[in-house]
Amino acid sequence: MTVIKTKVGRRSFLKTSAAVGGGLMIGFNWLVSCKTLSPKKKGVSIPEEWFDINGYIKIGDTGMVTIYSPNPEIGQNVMTSMPMIVAEELDVPWENVIVEQGALDEDSFRNPQMAGGSNSIKRGWDPLRMAGAAGKWMLLEATAKEWGISVNNLSASNGMITKKTGDRKIGYGQIASKAVGIDVPKQLTLKKKKDYKLIGTSQKNVEGSKIVTGKPLFGLDFKREGMLIAAIEHPPAFGMKVKSFNKKEIKGMDGVVDAFIIDSTLPKKRWNGTNAFPQIIAILGKTTWHVMNAKKMLRATWDNVGELETSEMHEQRLIKDIETGKVDRMRKDGDPDSAFANAEKVIERTYTAPFIPHNPMEPMNFFANVKDNSAELIGPTQTPKAMQEAVSSMLNIPQKNISIKMTRMGGGFGRRLYTHFGLEAAAISKKIGVPVKMVYTREDDMTQGTYRPAYRSVYKAGLDKNNNLIAFSVKGVGLPDGPVIPDRFPAGAVDNYIAESKESYTNISTGAWTAPSSNFTAGAEQSFLDEVAELAQKDPIDFRLELFNKAIKNPVGKKYDYDANRYAGVLKLVKEKSGWGRGSSRVNKGVAAYFCHNTYVAVVMEVRLNNNQPKLQKVWCGVDCGIVINKEGATNMIEGRIIDGIGHAIYSELKFENGSSIHKNFDTYNFIRHNESPSEIEVFFVENEIAPTGLGEPSLPPAIGALANALYKATGIRFYHQPFSKNYEISFS
Amino acid sequence: MSKFTLNINGEKKQVDVDPNTPLLWVLREELDLVGTKYGCGMSQCGACTVHLNGAAVRSCVFPVSAVVNQPITTIEGLSEDGDHPVQKAWLEEDVAQCGYCQSGQIMSAVALLNNNSNPTDEDIDLAMSGNICRCATYIRIKKAIKKASKL
Repeated sequence: MTVIKTKVGRRSFLKTSAAVGGGLMIGFNWLVSCKTLSPKKKGVSIPEEWFDINGYIKIGDTGMVTIYSPNPEIGQNVMTSMPMIVAEELDVPWENVIVEQGALDEDSFRNPQMAGGSNSIKRGWDPLRMAGAAGKWMLLEATAKEWGISVNNLSASNGMITKKTGDRKIGYGQIASKAVGIDVPKQLTLKKKKDYKLIGTSQKNVEGSKIVTGKPLFGLDFKREGMLIAAIEHPPAFGMKVKSFNKKEIKGMDGVVDAFIIDSTLPKKRWNGTNAFPQIIAILGKTTWHVMNAKKMLRATWDNVGELETSEMHEQRLIKDIETGKVDRMRKDGDPDSAFANAEKVIERTYTAPFIPHNPMEPMNFFANVKDNSAELIGPTQTPKAMQEAVSSMLNIPQKNISIKMTRMGGGFGRRLYTHFGLEAAAISKKIGVPVKMVYTREDDMTQGTYRPAYRSVYKAGLDKNNNLIAFSVKGVGLPDGPVIPDRFPAGAVDNYIAESKESYTNISTGAWTAPSSNFTAGAEQSFLDEVAELAQKDPIDFRLELFNKAIKNPVGKKYDYDANRYAGVLKLVKEKSGWGRGSSRVNKGVAAYFCHNTYVAVVMEVRLNNNQPKLQKVWCGVDCGIVINKEGATNMIEGRIIDGIGHAIYSELKFENGSSIHKNFDTYNFIRHNESPSEIEVFFVENEIAPTGLGEPSLPPAIGALANALYKATGIRFYHQPFSKNYEISFS
Repeated sequence: MSKFTLNINGEKKQVDVDPNTPLLWVLREELDLVGTKYGCGMSQCGACTVHLNGAAVRSCVFPVSAVVNQPITTIEGLSEDGDHPVQKAWLEEDVAQCGYCQSGQIMSAVALLNNNSNPTDEDIDLAMSGNICRCATYIRIKKAIKKASKL
């Protein structure tokens, strides 16, 4: 039996509990007109009255239930999976549920409202179950009081409360008004996995219909009467600062209302305050087209305030600092120097990857309406709380007077963890004194990034005469942060081990990009292990399993940060499902496994050569993320990140000249497209009862290793340097 | 500024805009049809795909003055209730992740199926490769197109 401490203070959880009287009041629905709010639900009609049960749940008098999804929706489909968890414990039929995006209110949600680190499901697991279980308990208690019997004589299921003798029942909608305000006990009992009716099933994206009919959902779709549109211009290069511009000419242009320079500098450094260009030019006008046109007529002058870096400079820094850079993280087991000296065979390989932008399809944008002592911000953000804190700090307005509402995001991949776009919108609105929607062009978005750092790592392995791995070394450096996480595999599995992560420097702004550092390290490490297995004349899966076995039975060092059984588990699963080691010799399969963001993923990929051109065929993927919430949604995530990983490894790089990205739009920056995608991905989940972990990132890193290893089988070429399409004489499309 | 009469989703619409304004921004900001998306502004990503005389075009590069009186269909005009076979197939395959590119993907897919009711994988690749999906839902899009061809 799972007992959970409710951790629910009456005050906070029941904050909005004054019963809402009359009319259809559906929370945060600024984008949709009332008529589109009539959700078509089987067997349950639109309520006349809604009752707030707690911060997550509102029940209508007909039994329709509104569940607020707390976290930002960036395409990871938490707007479906998070409410599924609440509905499971509330025990209400999914077809009676409508889902609304909750606004920022961490006191009510008791859950960090953030989309990052694949953490939404992991961190939300307890608060979401608690909200559902607390709601069910309140309904049961209300019924017991109403009927004058003990709550022990009642059971709740499928939106109905039934007397255990079977002679009396009542729907949630009929008792909801009496449940409002009932105290929740300190502990509640949660369901066991075997009793789940909703968790583990496949439920369609709750916003699917709105997406396929083009309803307003995203930040760029937001509109408020009287708002102005703001375009921005940042300096043309990292290391430059705006000095002046042809203000008079711009202000005189058709449809332009004003133009000025804003400063969104934060008084104190914050982790997601990254922004290379706190001073930018803003042009305000009536329509996006007017301000985009005006942008083209800008004639600005810029001050040089830093070095104007180039890609060649970056490469030289990485080569130098992999030797002499400051060690940021490290681990050493045994005596690697002696072990390498005594090894029968030694292999050393160097891997590199370039800066890459996030390039979400929806460019950065935000709406802000700043008044004397309050501000309202609406838009696509992965970190609404950090946005509130940053805006408060910049405007010197108390946090409680700053409301943040989240739109659906047209992708983010880490880009929307940062706050500068919200700050810019707020600074512009403050200066002009009216509501403003600030919009980036694609060029603004791609050339003012928080890019994935450029990396370089050197791997070295030593084998004894029996082909056992006796020494392993990795040192890696990044611009500016290194990619090596020393306690990860194969730490714990090799007697003589050294891992060092080193820093370099750059004035190009960098940050978290899907599966930070893993997005490079997994590809490098897993390609290297493939080569080591080949040198050891061992099957690459058996070779890895041997290492996991060692980590399980005879671990090296005090700790390592993975569960070797679960790691080996996904490899064994994918080995079986892919028919590894069997099949025609024309079929070229590569394998990789990686653990990051608390989820284990193993990938086998198959590549064929068509007229000497590699063509991706089928992909098999084994995943251990604990309990799977929404199976089809989870599968979609895994498929997407695999193809995303393949695409970025093959095509993507951002090169710099004179401090400026030479790639500014999709004409020179390549993505994987329909014709380059693998033909099929089959995903298999490990069945267990472990608390669930996230899937927004973990399948991307191993996809890169499996790709490199499959390409080697097909072409005989080892792929060390990303992007593969530019660094090797191989045509991919 | 000039007045134009547009034929959008079967209705005549009057707009008063600069003749060079791309159709994309007229749809989004003059007519509140925001299902058509801005992605690159240079006809590279397909997020702004609409039908002009039945053919898939990129509305971000078509000046409004060039489309007067020609039938234009946007995602909002594809069906009354979101029940066009391609929309239904998209829902059945649960295609979307972030969803931003999907109206463009759907418009390209509908144009393909209008010309070729039973496309092969290669036909789909050819017709769809101008539409980027940054979430990489390509496999599901292909399945949905094949499913729609049978609906």
